[in-house]
Amino acid sequence: MMENNGFSSPRNDSFPAGLRVLVVDDDPTWLKILEKMLKKCSYEVTTCGLARDALNLLRERKGGYDIVISDVYMPDMDGFKLLELVGLEMDLPVIMMSVDGETSRVMKGVQHGACDYLLKPIRMKELRNIWQHVFRKKIHEVRDIEILEGNESFQMTRNGSDQYEDGHVLCGEDLTSINKRKHFESKHDEKDTGDSISTKKARVVWSVDLHQKFVKAVNQIGFDTTSLPSFDGAMTGSVCLAEVGPKKILDMMNVPWLTRENVASHLQKYRLYLSRLQKENDFKNPAGGIKQSDSPLRDSAGSFGSQNSINLQHNDVSNGSYIFSGSSLVVHNGDPRSHDSDRKRLVSTPVEEPKRTLTVNVPNPRIPRSSQMEFGQPLAPPQSEVDFGALDSTFPTKYPWCGIQLKKEHNPLHLNDEFSHLPLPGQKQLTQADYPQPAPAISSAPSSTPSHNEYRSNVNHARSTAIAVDSSPIQTKTDVANHQAVEPNSKSTPSLENQGFNMNSITEFESSRKNINLGMLPFTTLEEDLQVCWVPGDCYMNLGLQNIEVLEYFDPGLITDVPVNLNDGLRFDYEFYDPTEYSLIDQSLFIA
Amino acid sequence: MDRNQLRRQVALTKQSLFDQGLLDEQFIQLEDLQDDANPNFVEEVVSLHYRDSARLISNIEKALEKNPLDFKMLDGYMHQFKGSSSSIGAKKVKAECTLFREYCKAGNGEGSMRTFQQIKKEYATLKRKLETYFQLAKQAGPADTACRPK
Repeated sequence: MMENNGFSSPRNDSFPAGLRVLVVDDDPTWLKILEKMLKKCSYEVTTCGLARDALNLLRERKGGYDIVISDVYMPDMDGFKLLELVGLEMDLPVIMMSVDGETSRVMKGVQHGACDYLLKPIRMKELRNIWQHVFRKKIHEVRDIEILEGNESFQMTRNGSDQYEDGHVLCGEDLTSINKRKHFESKHDEKDTGDSISTKKARVVWSVDLHQKFVKAVNQIGFDTTSLPSFDGAMTGSVCLAEVGPKKILDMMNVPWLTRENVASHLQKYRLYLSRLQKENDFKNPAGGIKQSDSPLRDSAGSFGSQNSINLQHNDVSNGSYIFSGSSLVVHNGDPRSHDSDRKRLVSTPVEEPKRTLTVNVPNPRIPRSSQMEFGQPLAPPQSEVDFGALDSTFPTKYPWCGIQLKKEHNPLHLNDEFSHLPLPGQKQLTQADYPQPAPAISSAPSSTPSHNEYRSNVNHARSTAIAVDSSPIQTKTDVANHQAVEPNSKSTPSLENQGFNMNSITEFESSRKNINLGMLPFTTLEEDLQVCWVPGDCYMNLGLQNIEVLEYFDPGLITDVPVNLNDGLRFDYEFYDPTEYSLIDQSLFIA
Repeated sequence: MDRNQLRRQVALTKQSLFDQGLLDEQFIQLEDLQDDANPNFVEEVVSLHYRDSARLISNIEKALEKNPLDFKMLDGYMHQFKGSSSSIGAKKVKAECTLFREYCKAGNGEGSMRTFQQIKKEYATLKRKLETYFQLAKQAGPADTACRPK
């Protein structure tokens, strides 16, 4: 198969033999059976009777497993939660299994990012093919890397030592060609389950702002489970979804028009980017990052429009990875059609006014799971979803911007004044509020948990409330900048740390946050301007949605009522979200 | 009984378990998994199942004594029990579990309790018959027990 795509163990030659599978099931009988079955497939099996143990194992041995198979119903932790966490932190494919094949359950699994859902009793033949999920992921990553690198090179030339301020926009043609390629490829890979929500998928332009949000989110939670578009088909047995992980990020970002796919693809690229930068940074001055981060934040604090995305820039060189801000951002070509293209296209939007070309890619209208769930529309029992309720009590976060009101519009997300001045060259301008320096949210596994939780909750919360969740999560994340655990070979981690991401740029974050809260519009097509109205002011981000003005803009269908019940999602037994310690996003996320 | 007869007996016994709807395809899968590395795999799995299910049955019983009944909890326990039953291919037991869960969802305590009694009966029957089967299989010789050439 393809070259070593990250398999750390030397089993590439005989792939899929030697596939490292982690099985999690509280039922000892099934655990024994599955172990035997997997061994017969020549896989390397590790079994866990507790979700908690599984998470520990995964965290301790980053990159030590290729795929996770987990039961849905477990006493110590909901399988969906585990699914989300794994997707977020480790970005591994996760297969769910259960004796219960109810459509709603299966759907929930899909929504949470499961790449497959098996019904017990499980047959050997079903297990024999699980390697495809691993393979698929790798392929996507490779693709993302290519895109990213393509973009990067463009960036590099332009960016130089520029401040972040402007997101660089890739040359139309560069992007186009890349995008085209991706689009084409992705078309066939994308496991898009059909958009029921909307057919039009705008391209996502990963402006600096957007990227900042992304990074914040990533830092905060780690990985979000991917939200999948609503699934129409009857789910009888296996559902295969390509991605896991981005959902949480999506939720945290609280960008309504952004889809999980967008985030997923961006995430992959980001990781690849980070690791690449890491290498490069090693040669550059490592300390740069810190100070940079500060500045942008400050800048951004006030001026959403003016600064924007460039804030990321501070990521400076040392921080290579984070520099999404200028260089890293790749302009997304809008390819309404392919998810991949959307995702993969990163847009670097020039922060500067003159350059801004933020294109908001409104991901397909299909309602991403996140929107449904996070936005308060729990698709499935919110159990595994972010538990806003929990968040409520746990994380009161002050957001300067709180009170963002999202207009319930199906479409346009109107950026508030701050943004409005940003020129939108015919595109939606989605400027993320200053992007606080992208904290290298690589959080070590352990800590990530809390962040995840919060992130999730934040995200969800935000989503429904249209509050830029990222503020909270990001805060934490930034704090913890160097946390985490990066997988053993992650190069990005070290760089991040060196970068000095200034995790303490939280304050900056906040200010930037203000701007960033584009609000979580559910997937309204972002064809038009995103309208985000937010009400600056102190805001307590209680995920309980107390201060959040719920976004109206959400498509009613999507978010009928912000489900405060998102709470449950967060209910892992993680401690409450402690703002001071945001979980760092698992480095694995970033490690390609 | 000579070896051949024993083997035939084993085969017939097994077949009857299937015919009576007590076992399903999963049991055969277990047999297929049995090999030199795990020559007693089926029996080990079944024993594991008994242990785990005994615990679950006890949980359910306790829960059924509560008043009022906590259907959610009952459903949860039964879900686990059903999962365990599915692991060895206990077909009839599994069907009763599904019925039990239906009653729980409907909040029907009476139906739940009745069904549970039925579950216990089926469970006991299967256990007994399987034990007979395994003994017979042992007598007939390891090669003959639930082992298929793989």
